[in-house]
Amino acid sequence: MNVELIFRIAGVGILAAVLHTVLKQAGKEELAHLVSLAGVALVLMWVVQLLAQLFEQVRSVFHLY
Amino acid sequence: MEVLQIVGLALVAAVLLILIRQQRPELGLLLSLACGALIFLLVLDQIGSVVRLLEELATAARVDRLYLTTLLKIVGVSYLAEFGAQVCRDAGEQAIASRVEMAGKVLIVVLAMPIAVAVLEAITGLLP
Repeated sequence: MNVELIFRIAGVGILAAVLHTVLKQAGKEELAHLVSLAGVALVLMWVVQLLAQLFEQVRSVFHLY
Repeated sequence: MEVLQIVGLALVAAVLLILIRQQRPELGLLLSLACGALIFLLVLDQIGSVVRLLEELATAARVDRLYLTTLLKIVGVSYLAEFGAQVCRDAGEQAIASRVEMAGKVLIVVLAMPIAVAVLEAITGLLP
């Protein structure tokens, strides 16, 4: 099972947080927001793919046609 | 065994969530959603085998397939509605969570309609 997805998301989250603070110190406020937005978008893409797989399997198990 | 994997995954995710929720609460929600979905996927395989066994027993007992499929649909709808409502509640959206639960209840009532009709017909058939 793709359990390493959890660690990938955690890694992106930590990276986004660190980059946000670093860029904010460097004075590039808007770039910091862009970086955290990109992190959220990337993680959202993974989670949506996982949910699609989950819903597809639930549909097949419970005959929810 | 499955339970070791699930408990380990949940503990690791809980620790990571505390770390992430401080700076990026939205990523924390996404991480808890992903962890919930993964555990649900792990359990779903077991549920699939139970459902197959139920179907074999139903066909052996010559029970009408309508009842079993409706029952399975109701269980599926309740599972998904509860999953969605819980995630919304985690995000702090109580209103949306109760809307999702209400929608789930309505769908279950709609699914249960044919069975109620069948029961009533059986009862009226018994009456002289």
